Amino acid sequence: MFASESEAVVQSAGWFLENAWLIPVMPAVAFFLIIFFGRRMPRGGSEFGIASMVGALVVASGAAYQWINRVSAPHEGEGEALRSVGGFGRAVAAETGEAAAEVVHHVEPVIRQWVWWQSGGTEFSIGQHIDGLAVMALLLVAFISTLVQLYSTEYVNGDRRYTHFFASLTLFSAGMLSMVLAPNMVQLILGWEIMGLCSFMLIGHWWEEHANSRAALKAFFTVRVGDMGLLVGTAMLLAIFGTLDIAGINEMAAAGEFESKSLLMWAAVALFIACIGKSGQFPLHTWLPDAMAGPTPVSSLLHSSTMVVAGVFLVARIYPVFHVGFDINMEGQSVNLIAIIGGITVLVAAGLAFVQNDIKKVLAYSTVSQLGYMMMGLGVGAWTAAVFHIFTHAFFKCCLFLASGSIAHTASHHSFDMKKDMGGLWRKMPITFGTWMISTAALCGVPFFSGFFSKDEIIDSAKHNHYTIFYVVGIIGAFMTTAYMTRATYLTFFGKPRGGAAHFMGVESHDSHDAHAADAHGHDAHGDDHDAHGHADDHHGPAHGRPLPFAPSDSPWKLTLPLLILGVLAIASGYLNAPVFHIEKFHEWLHCSIGIEVPEPPVFAWSAAAPGLALVALGFVVSLFLSKAVLGEGSSPLKGLTQRVAPFRWVHTFLVNKYYLDHLYEKVVVRAVAHPIARAAYWVNQNVLDGLVNAVGIGGKRTGLWVYRNIDQRLVDGAVNGSGVTARGAGGALQPVQSGKVSMYGALLFGAAAVGALVLVLVNS
Amino acid sequence: MLVNEFLLLGAILFCIGVYGVIARKNAVMVLMSIELILNSVNINLLAFDRLHGGSDGNVFALYIIAVAAAEVGVGLAMVLLIYRNRKSISLDELSEMKG
Repeated sequence: MFASESEAVVQSAGWFLENAWLIPVMPAVAFFLIIFFGRRMPRGGSEFGIASMVGALVVASGAAYQWINRVSAPHEGEGEALRSVGGFGRAVAAETGEAAAEVVHHVEPVIRQWVWWQSGGTEFSIGQHIDGLAVMALLLVAFISTLVQLYSTEYVNGDRRYTHFFASLTLFSAGMLSMVLAPNMVQLILGWEIMGLCSFMLIGHWWEEHANSRAALKAFFTVRVGDMGLLVGTAMLLAIFGTLDIAGINEMAAAGEFESKSLLMWAAVALFIACIGKSGQFPLHTWLPDAMAGPTPVSSLLHSSTMVVAGVFLVARIYPVFHVGFDINMEGQSVNLIAIIGGITVLVAAGLAFVQNDIKKVLAYSTVSQLGYMMMGLGVGAWTAAVFHIFTHAFFKCCLFLASGSIAHTASHHSFDMKKDMGGLWRKMPITFGTWMISTAALCGVPFFSGFFSKDEIIDSAKHNHYTIFYVVGIIGAFMTTAYMTRATYLTFFGKPRGGAAHFMGVESHDSHDAHAADAHGHDAHGDDHDAHGHADDHHGPAHGRPLPFAPSDSPWKLTLPLLILGVLAIASGYLNAPVFHIEKFHEWLHCSIGIEVPEPPVFAWSAAAPGLALVALGFVVSLFLSKAVLGEGSSPLKGLTQRVAPFRWVHTFLVNKYYLDHLYEKVVVRAVAHPIARAAYWVNQNVLDGLVNAVGIGGKRTGLWVYRNIDQRLVDGAVNGSGVTARGAGGALQPVQSGKVSMYGALLFGAAAVGALVLVLVNS
Repeated sequence: MLVNEFLLLGAILFCIGVYGVIARKNAVMVLMSIELILNSVNINLLAFDRLHGGSDGNVFALYIIAVAAAEVGVGLAMVLLIYRNRKSISLDELSEMKG
């Protein structure tokens, strides 16, 4: 198998790059191991999951290392020389024309394919397409999955479906991994759908609560709406290019080898609809916040590196199709579909994040908003910045989710309600608080944290590529991001402890908690906490109480270790592509995956970043002031403003109801489509079908009577009786043959065979 | 030609087998006769295989040997059970199937 492979292409790639297909295979195998043997294992199957993710991480790291070598190896000399000459790095090199082509040399992806099945001469393959983008995503997914699985061993410990949880989690990672290294659209769809299924299982993990199973269904069906686009778009790509190979599609789209431009445009639209559904972009974003019904590790995995990133990844993967289809970066173009959808999503989701009380929902809308940034980046031609934002966002968003889980697990009795059960936690949870703050800073784009390097690059590129509207959207989005994160941080960590948090902190609150009742229960009561918890407040009973000075500082190490690692990466990951320091490693490693010429990224200047940063600072100050006034202690004229002043109240209600989009979908769209159909069906049923059935019934009855009298009684009965009589006579005549003697049967058998042979001979002769 | 002799041998064995099946009272003997019939068929197969060349006949013969072994296994087990129930393996006495 190995030797017959296209040796020439793969030859120098190195073991890890050649065998990167092992990365999704390992968790897929682990899934079956967990399903079949998980329950019998001492740790309920989680060891298979973690082992497979560690294995995947090792191979992915090896692949990343070898990919970096592959990129830098052949052209190192020239690249170095040019860079030292230029001083500004790529920007100057680009101006030297011919020389630029040397620097931006093409690194061949490592593609291996095996035929999966054949259909009418078309071969469908399965395999791997490894280039910078795939390696980045593989490493990211494997890394985050490993941490999330470690975290889950503590977080869902004692859950009644512990084994199934790990099985779904592992298969989920396998789906994402097989999607990112897909060499063709078929495998991409495969991974895409596996993820859809697993997200359904994981979101509805605690399906006993109606809300959870409803959220799972909503997520599934909303994404399915988009998936139609994926199937249609893929079919159109096959029709346009005659191939489903991603490399082939990219090449032909970039070279303009297609019949009709408008057909390509429609294919891009169809595929983009799929991305809207999967990545929670504007009209279909409603499923993402509801997906918070799942356990927190699921939310963090779903919202950082898998699932929602899949849509953005698809756009980045076959970027030439979108770039050509939507004329991105065309002279004089100021808007296009991807940028518009991304831009709307940035603002819409950020607006919603202001009115949420559930900490996870704030983070969910923040994810939606950041995904909007990524889409916007891709829409304005800032491919590297957008992909880099996927990379950095995964770390700090995962960290934020895990931190919220850590709070709920340890401090607030599994409640995620910031207003009821949190506040003042920073004193007791230094690790959770510290990592939260770092990640928040990264999310807001505070300079020298990772989010700054990626998000600022997107915003900067929008201006640089003459998409001024989206530049404005970007900086307003940055303002809103800072504001809602400040509000969430204030509610969670500062102010007066409330509800569960007050109990945890050992502070009396006006809540109904009884300190003495809680004292009587030991640590052990903690274990059965996990059985059936949603985010409801029904865990406040004394049975779930803990001794008041419960934890000296923070959550158990299995929760804090992933937090610490991610917190470090929330800063460090940004330095792979920090234009401030002329570091463009990320671009260097990944640019070959773009597949088409995009404008050079702008040269970084503090003056260009200044408006955005000023707005970030403004957002912080304004939000801090408002939070203190509205949510803090003491009286303030601003308190209850949304209740008192009508315009504010309207805006608030509008936001709380999520722009009435859910109403639109469920009450209007579903009703408009489903109810008339149901009514029409009822009418047809009553009038047409029933009439028909009745007529048939009466006719049938009459015919039946006639048939009974004439045919049944006379003809059929006569025949039946006749045959009965005949059979009885024949039976009587043949009875002596059945002597019961074996030898006689044998003789008859051979006699018959002899007669048969004789007939055969006579006929043939 | 040699084939004729083989066919003749096969035919003789077949007839002996048929005679044994019909005339013998002892169940074990009947089983043995059945074996004779099967082996006569094997000889025929091998003879024709030789005549035409190739290996199809050999394969069939091997197949029949395997099936015959299984058949004898089942047959002897039945004889054993009949013996346990009736202390006899005479086929004349087994006429429960009389219609």
